[in-house]
Amino acid sequence: MCGTCGCGEDDHITYRKPGDHNVIHTHSHQHGDLTHVHPHAHPHSHDHSHEHEHAHEHDHVHTLNLERNILSKNELSAERNRGYFEGMKIVALNLVSSPGSGKTSLLEKTISKIKDKIDTAVIEGDQQTLNDANRIEKTGAPVIQINTGNGCHLDALMVNKAMKQLNLKQNSLLFIENVGNLVCPSLFDLGETKRVVIISVTEGDDKPAKYPTMFETADLCVINKTDLSPYVDFDEEKLKATALTVNPNLEFISLSAKTEEGMDKWIQWLSDLKTN
Amino acid sequence: MHELSIAMQIIEIVEEEAKNHAAVGISAIKLDIGKLSGIEPDALEFAMEEAVRGSMAEKAEVQYNYIQAVSVCEDCCHEFESQDYFKTCPFCNSLNTSLIRGKELKIAAIDLITN
Repeated sequence: MCGTCGCGEDDHITYRKPGDHNVIHTHSHQHGDLTHVHPHAHPHSHDHSHEHEHAHEHDHVHTLNLERNILSKNELSAERNRGYFEGMKIVALNLVSSPGSGKTSLLEKTISKIKDKIDTAVIEGDQQTLNDANRIEKTGAPVIQINTGNGCHLDALMVNKAMKQLNLKQNSLLFIENVGNLVCPSLFDLGETKRVVIISVTEGDDKPAKYPTMFETADLCVINKTDLSPYVDFDEEKLKATALTVNPNLEFISLSAKTEEGMDKWIQWLSDLKTN
Repeated sequence: MHELSIAMQIIEIVEEEAKNHAAVGISAIKLDIGKLSGIEPDALEFAMEEAVRGSMAEKAEVQYNYIQAVSVCEDCCHEFESQDYFKTCPFCNSLNTSLIRGKELKIAAIDLITN
């Protein structure tokens, strides 16, 4: 399903590995949409048939009590993913943040530190480009890039399709780097083991107040770019206090992916997840 | 703008149900939307206008029931209305509170037209 133009197609979402140069499918689908939409847009004959329906409405309208969760399809896909991860003893982490918080840099550093101990794979989500997948590929980890087109989040089905192309190993670690966006991804369960929200000190300590849903649904908050703390007005304690009023169970790790200060705590957190 | 994804999901589900019940159209869709479900009402209502086009629900009346969020304090057992995601109990200031209503994102019912 397309969450951008509502065309019911999802084929303009692409799944590519570094080195792939497949074409963008947008054109053919746009034609498809147009022919699909037009026939419904103008005929007046609809009015007549509508009146016709009215005459019979009392006899033939019945209410169906559905009580159905609107996100049930995504949740079903998410549970399938979760079951697969459990069966394969895979720890899957959904990394969410604003654009530019340093998710990819953190992953590059993390993978280079753990790759000898833990098999690690990455699903990269961005609206466009293979840039992040190309960066991850240099670490040696298997990676696939999902380009969502104009979509603002990953959903469980996209992750399902992407992970089938990764040949995930048992007992491995899967990082899913979501589209940089602090709003929409919070609603979409991907089947992850844990959700990690990343914020950098340059973003301001009021982010949890402005974007509470993301902090509410996360398990861990990584505060990145701490090497820049002396240069910005960022009150780490204030950020933590605000985030805890939204989610009292949230854990915090402060680090700098650049200088690697604090990285050991993050690596330890990952290792603990693997052994639990 | 995830509301359009949500709107498309709604149409997909109601069309599926309508076909399963051999309906020829959908005359009403009743939605329960919690005020803390992460949905912006204006965006959803706008997205629904677009999403119904060309679907079996093209002429359906969409009813939005926005549900006030209510939390309960696990420490002092008071219930209180929540206007936002901040969880402090107004009675005892505890953070140990749980949302009991307000996260709904549900199709409550649909009216189906059958021959």
